[in-house]
Amino acid sequence: MASVSSITGLIDNIQSRKRKNRLFLALVIAMSVLTVVPIVFIISKIVSNGIGQINFNFFVRSSPDTLQAMTAIANNDTIPGGIANGITGNFLIILVSSVMAIPMGIMIGIYLYENQGRRYSDLLRSLTEILQGVPSIVLGIISYLWIVKNITNGFSAFAGSVALAIMMLPMIVRSTEETMKMIPNEIREAAFAMGAPYHKVILRILIPSGFSGLSTGILLSLSRILGETAPLIMTALGSTAINYNITKPTSAVPLLIWEFYNDPNMVKLVWSSSLFLLIFVLTLNIFTGSLSSKRKIRKQK
Amino acid sequence: MTESLDNIDHPVLKVRDLSIAYEAGKYAVKDINADIESKAITAIMGPSGCGKSTLLRAFNRMHELYPNIKTEGTIYLNDNDIREMSTIELRRRVGMVFQRPNPFPTMNIYENVIAGYKLNGIRLKRGERDDIVENSLKNVTLWDEVKDSLFKKGTFLSGGQQQRLCIARAIAFNPDVLLLDEPTSALDPVSTARIEDLLVDLKKDYTILLVTHNMSQAARISDNSMFMYLGELVEYGKTDYMFTNPKDSRTEGYLTGKFG
Repeated sequence: MASVSSITGLIDNIQSRKRKNRLFLALVIAMSVLTVVPIVFIISKIVSNGIGQINFNFFVRSSPDTLQAMTAIANNDTIPGGIANGITGNFLIILVSSVMAIPMGIMIGIYLYENQGRRYSDLLRSLTEILQGVPSIVLGIISYLWIVKNITNGFSAFAGSVALAIMMLPMIVRSTEETMKMIPNEIREAAFAMGAPYHKVILRILIPSGFSGLSTGILLSLSRILGETAPLIMTALGSTAINYNITKPTSAVPLLIWEFYNDPNMVKLVWSSSLFLLIFVLTLNIFTGSLSSKRKIRKQK
Repeated sequence: MTESLDNIDHPVLKVRDLSIAYEAGKYAVKDINADIESKAITAIMGPSGCGKSTLLRAFNRMHELYPNIKTEGTIYLNDNDIREMSTIELRRRVGMVFQRPNPFPTMNIYENVIAGYKLNGIRLKRGERDDIVENSLKNVTLWDEVKDSLFKKGTFLSGGQQQRLCIARAIAFNPDVLLLDEPTSALDPVSTARIEDLLVDLKKDYTILLVTHNMSQAARISDNSMFMYLGELVEYGKTDYMFTNPKDSRTEGYLTGKFG
């Protein structure tokens, strides 16, 4: 009798298990729909509101002033001008931060990899992790203190670049260290076994072997700083004209979005600038994804 | 003591009181003394963890990459103390082939063969380079297989081909000594046989030190054999003699499969 009752108990148990499974499945589906809905909403809203302003001028002209925007709205025209000052400013600031952060980040990453378990490198690793957690606006304040007040004596693209370079640094350090760990130790030893000096092993073997990993890390850090606004408000400030001088105030697309937002006449430009930034970051991410998937294929071989 | 190797004429390598420790007091290799015969294959055998790879890596001072490894005693290469040679000079004269084929993944076959020159900043004329690549690949019987794809990546070759490429890379520098750390343990039997034939062929020009845990491999191709156990060099002698008349009971136990 005991065995029969335990079998029926088991069958009941299977029924309840199936119910639980179905419930859980429904929950998972509901949650994923809940995640997708806002994304679709955000993208559709940005596209539908922003697309109207996107034209050739949008990419080649500087941002308009309030009066121009006001007249255009009164005449039911599209607002003249564009975000060329922001786009060029973005590229300028990012270029300068990359020049500072990429070599430094890669070197620190290699140092950490080569000195696993040493006290100084463990300290350095924790410090870069702390740096990763510092809010970007704080980095803006620091850069204001260092660069704006003491070096360029005024708001400048360079000050913005320094703030963003500090943001990039921990990401590049970490991805470099992880990439170096993935390169088989035999490759490194083979190079040393040929009598190669240390710097040649790094430059000719380690960096080329980890190229796709390193570039993935760099691109991810770039897409992170592309949309940064807070540190730039305190450093690069913004400019209505296209500027290529790193010691002068410079605009950037996220800065422009912030300025457009503060001007009731320019609301339409907020949307189109957001659309531009969204597409830019998305393209960068897709490119990064394709790079890292290539790396996986190569690893399998 | 007819089997003894005490009286080798002009040994290319002389190991003297060599001890290597990974941690203080824990020796992986203990007090080794041996003379290595020139232009011959010397096999280093023994069970896993007996220190054979550790010993091999002392010959080109690879242990210096890891600061926690302490080496005592020394090795003489042609009567020069290797501790006093620059690592560049030493590693140029003592080439190394690893357990797993490891061609440089970013370089093509051609670049892999001359990698030693490139990594040491030695500039060669195009003609010289071509000659070195062709001769090295011919020496490892890889030339006919890859001559039409010299500029493809070395990682697309089969495992056995990759390993021959690595040997070509090592001999491109024209070293005196070739160190091989279980070069066939990751390969199939056919590729293994090719590498073994190749090694027998190469001993005309190079002194070969071969670490292997495969006794029959040592029996097939080596002239002299070392048997190591727990970091000690238990027995060292002519391979033919040692396999038929092991002096030490531990050697006998290993050779007859009692442990390993």
